[in-house]
Amino acid sequence: MRRRMRGIAVSAIALTSVLSMAACAKDTGGSSNAGSGNTAGDGCTLAAAPPAAPATSSSDDASAKVDGSALKVGLAYDIGGRGDASFNDSAAAGLDKAVAELGVKKENVKELTAAPNEAEDAKQTRLRQLAGEGFSPIIGVGFAYAESFKVIAPEFPDTKFGIVDATVEGAPNVTPLVFAEEQGSFLAGVIAAYQSKSCHVGFIGGVETPLIGKFQAGFDQGAKKAAPEIQIEDKYLTPAGDFSGFQDPAKGQEAAKGQIDSGADVLYHAAGASGKGVFSAAKEADVKAIGVDSDQYNQETVSNEKDVIVSSMLKRVDVAVFDYIEAVAANNLSSLPAVFDLKVDGVGYSTSGGKIDDKLKTVLEGYKAQIISGEITVSATP
Amino acid sequence: MGTLRGKLLPPALAIVFSALLCGIALVISGANPLTAFGAMLTQVGEGTTLVDVVNSTGIYYIAALAVAIGFQMNLFNIGVEGQYRVAAVTAAVFGGSVTLPPGLHALAILVVAAVAGALWAAVPAILKVTRGVNEVISTIMMNGIALGLAAYLIRADVFGELRGNNIRTPEIPSTGWVPGISFGSSGTVFGLVLLAALLGVGYWIMMNRTRFGFELRASGESSTAAAAGGISAKKMVLIAMLLSGAIAGLVAMPEILGRDHTYNLNFPGGIGFSGIAIALLGRNHPGGIALGALLWAFLDKSGLALDNVGVPREIVTIMQGAIVLSVVVAYEVVRRVELAAEQRRVGRQTGTAEPVGGAA
Repeated sequence: MRRRMRGIAVSAIALTSVLSMAACAKDTGGSSNAGSGNTAGDGCTLAAAPPAAPATSSSDDASAKVDGSALKVGLAYDIGGRGDASFNDSAAAGLDKAVAELGVKKENVKELTAAPNEAEDAKQTRLRQLAGEGFSPIIGVGFAYAESFKVIAPEFPDTKFGIVDATVEGAPNVTPLVFAEEQGSFLAGVIAAYQSKSCHVGFIGGVETPLIGKFQAGFDQGAKKAAPEIQIEDKYLTPAGDFSGFQDPAKGQEAAKGQIDSGADVLYHAAGASGKGVFSAAKEADVKAIGVDSDQYNQETVSNEKDVIVSSMLKRVDVAVFDYIEAVAANNLSSLPAVFDLKVDGVGYSTSGGKIDDKLKTVLEGYKAQIISGEITVSATP
Repeated sequence: MGTLRGKLLPPALAIVFSALLCGIALVISGANPLTAFGAMLTQVGEGTTLVDVVNSTGIYYIAALAVAIGFQMNLFNIGVEGQYRVAAVTAAVFGGSVTLPPGLHALAILVVAAVAGALWAAVPAILKVTRGVNEVISTIMMNGIALGLAAYLIRADVFGELRGNNIRTPEIPSTGWVPGISFGSSGTVFGLVLLAALLGVGYWIMMNRTRFGFELRASGESSTAAAAGGISAKKMVLIAMLLSGAIAGLVAMPEILGRDHTYNLNFPGGIGFSGIAIALLGRNHPGGIALGALLWAFLDKSGLALDNVGVPREIVTIMQGAIVLSVVVAYEVVRRVELAAEQRRVGRQTGTAEPVGGAA
């Protein structure tokens, strides 16, 4: 009896994690805004396009060359790390640019990565390791590091810390690098509305967290603004607390299929590595998709599906990381924007692949100008 | 003496074997195993690692005890994972919304956590005794539901509050905190690590010195024999599962009452699954489980040093998996060897040296 139980136990351990993931995969917060919609395939009745944006003189003041050769830069990635083809990779690109352009020495760079489901003290140990070895600045990629910075930053008051996607209160040596994801996603919603033939679009979020909620909120508002009668499907792959939704292309594909079956023909994802599944489903059904974070049309991991990608919502973590390192090197942290938004090109959209024609581009620039001027305010909550 | 060897040898063999296995994996991937293991050992002395190991041991210990109680009754409670999560949210919400005097507040939170864990475990328990539903299936499903429920409960429009990009339950006021033992810059040991030790002692007394423990073990060994002896197997299943769930409910308490004071999105998952492995490793014995939990915690925390010497940290996960698999094999091998030795000894004494065959 005992022995049999042990046998069961071992095989069950192997199965458990798989099964438990499967068990929680189903039906998380799917909702569809049902309506009549037109399936005639002529596209939406579009709202009047905004006035064209005034030609802007690009204020690219060729900043004086900053020397970063004395810096020791530490990066603590979130789950996935360098090579996730998404968020972390974008941060890595910023670091690489700093190495190339600011003269940061390769041997003075250290990158560490978080494990899935790790305890808080593991994050603290990681940051303490970096700070203890004299790295400064140290950049935490992801809001998961916020609590750890609260503990570590006071321990190393002379070290400069930066954190992506979070603000740490009461720690003056921690610089927040936060984005207006809802503004970029608004433009993604506009693109979706203009590209949809069935006047029916979908959003797929990885994990139902407030951060991903900003993507959904912006997308929904943008689509509705451009085409008031549009139908929108919203779906999250996993509930808050289960971060597998960012790493599960199969789940992404399943969710995308569901939305396509119910009529959506342009899908926007904010689901990290699961987005690959969204692209596959879109390719299979011959519909369109919008990528996220980086310019996904040019990404190798999804190169098979790239012809369905009409655009990507850009969240320039690379810009923020680079700007931050540059500001530390120049000892001028006040030069950083409080929020990386449309105004400072911290978010935006990509045009790789040539699916955005000049007409649509004019419309997008019009909306962009309205958001920057404050004529349109985009809410960050769905 | 033979029994002691039978108890200690298999895990020792398993650890050596899995270390060898990882060593080979490291050599193949082009790293030096000695550097890697050396870095892990020296990491213990760095920063707060030693304290983190102690804290983590306590947490794993509670989880493994919860699993072990089920094992004693032949119940495979995979649901510890969900039970501790639901209990953590419930207790955090409760603790953050009531006002009670110091001490009593913390005690009340602990009771709520245990009750919530037990209630979550009651569902599969009742399904099992009334409908015969296999607890392996039902507890796994309850884990999935637990994730969803926890996510719902901390929504900003339910009990949670938004903090930047994080959501969390309202902070528990300081009256509900359990102070730790501070070692200055080396960290703070959670006060509730002592609770883990107390639970271990209580578990040992219950299993070995009480009628209930005897009945539990008896029903676990053979439910029919126990029934013939007047023990209701159904009652035993129900009680064992509820106890297991109650203890599981306490898993997250050291962290929540000792450091976080809230349940948020960074809540660590997977402790329940580690608990299963540790209970297996420790053979449901309170001492064995303690060693297993210590080993697990050491591997977890010192594994962070591997990044510094350019070795993928995932090697630790391989090692943990290898330990569980090889400990099961090692127990079986040692058991057979001892059986054969015993037979030879008896054979020599009785003069009829006729082996009965080592296989079981």
